[in-house]
Amino acid sequence: MVTPFGFGHTRERDPRLPPGQYDTGSSFPVLTAEVSPRLTAQDWTFRVDGLVGTAKTWDWASAHRLPASRYEGDIHCVTTWSKLGTSFGGVSLDAFLAETGVSAQATHIVAWSQTGYTTNLPLSEVTGGKAWIVWEHEGRPLPPEHGGPVRMLVPHLYFWKSAKWIGGVRLLDHDEPGFWEVRGYHALGDPWKEQRYDGDE
Amino acid sequence: MNDPELPPLPTLGPVSRQAPPGGARRHWRPARVSEIRTETARAKTFRLTLAPASGPPTNGRPAPGHPAPGQPAPRLPAPGQHVPGQHYDVRLTAPDGSTAQRSYSIASAPQVTPAPGPVQIELTVERIADGDVSPYLHDVVRVGDELEVRGPFGGWFIWRGDTPVLLVGGGSGVVPLMAMRRYWLATGRSVPLRLVVGVRTPEDLFYPGEYGDETSVIYSRQAPAGDRRPPGRLAASDLAPLIAQLPGRSTVYVCGSAGFAEHASQLVVSLGVERTAVRVERFGPS
Repeated sequence: MVTPFGFGHTRERDPRLPPGQYDTGSSFPVLTAEVSPRLTAQDWTFRVDGLVGTAKTWDWASAHRLPASRYEGDIHCVTTWSKLGTSFGGVSLDAFLAETGVSAQATHIVAWSQTGYTTNLPLSEVTGGKAWIVWEHEGRPLPPEHGGPVRMLVPHLYFWKSAKWIGGVRLLDHDEPGFWEVRGYHALGDPWKEQRYDGDE
Repeated sequence: MNDPELPPLPTLGPVSRQAPPGGARRHWRPARVSEIRTETARAKTFRLTLAPASGPPTNGRPAPGHPAPGQPAPRLPAPGQHVPGQHYDVRLTAPDGSTAQRSYSIASAPQVTPAPGPVQIELTVERIADGDVSPYLHDVVRVGDELEVRGPFGGWFIWRGDTPVLLVGGGSGVVPLMAMRRYWLATGRSVPLRLVVGVRTPEDLFYPGEYGDETSVIYSRQAPAGDRRPPGRLAASDLAPLIAQLPGRSTVYVCGSAGFAEHASQLVVSLGVERTAVRVERFGPS
């Protein structure tokens, strides 16, 4: 069904936009299910456990001693906004996993937030330079409403997979649907396939 | 978890995976606009009649009125009733095939008793000046036009009418709360419900005249003549007496712009409500 919208503004569609998304420009919308917690860098810890060689916990100082890594590119929210050409700074998740080792049986992770939020991901979607633990956005400390002091970043998937206020990552040998996934959202969330809701191909 | 010695992860509450009746897949379906009502200068309510089930039944024989065998017909299950707080997605398709879609909260309550005839829902949409979808809905769509919709969606910011609630909405954030309130009325007000609506001026209030004594309206810029509360932002003093009355097992739902939702949810928590008892939904870019 064609509904001839777009009258009044004919604009070239940016090829960086996945289907059904719009460019939110300089704004950075906030969407969260729970009350934003007030966490400090001094309190923050990050734990990697489950099917690893040796479970390990980092604090702010020890995480900052890992090799720094930046992401520069686009992020996409399931509510249809995309933010193009943004940047985050932190450490690649690969660096944390290199320190713990990964068991051969590990196939998935659950990323969990200090608030109790969780999201699930195949291990293959967060390794090989696809995921970060970040504390900086566009050159400034990550604000609390955007998941600060530290959040996870998995920019090639819808942004609900980038857990805010990250507390840890647990490696599993099975998929364990997280908060939004058990409430109707897609298990994977690839924006280029428009995998928004449970049941979308 | 595999290792029984792993510490349990924190949680946001009971996790129960239940595919909705008819399966999880939600199909795009036509919806005919049967009524358009103006709520405020910038908000309209669209009453939509959802296309019923169509396509060949599972025994393979085509339903009457459908294309002959050999011609594809989209299989569309019957639309389901929603839960208060859920939303529908509305999609527009341009001649070049590109699409724009937005989620709009359902303003109407679900039917309480089964009724014959098609499923109807109401969406209240605020016109966003540089938006892709709301200007089209406001400026072009007429009664009788057809839209493409998908839903209902939502598994967190929902209320089944069974627990005491405090609802706090700012501006257009009142829409899902009004679905909750309308459901509460339709089911005989069987639990305590209180609603607080924050708006800038009286002209910004959606559904004027519909509220009862369960609702307080807070004006931030300009209050009606005779209002005892001087205009000002939502404050602890507005919420404290309501929170003090909340029975145990209450849930607080906060909905509005990111700025309103952040402010209101932090106020609620600062007044002693457990974080796990607060559900937040944030609309729009800021």
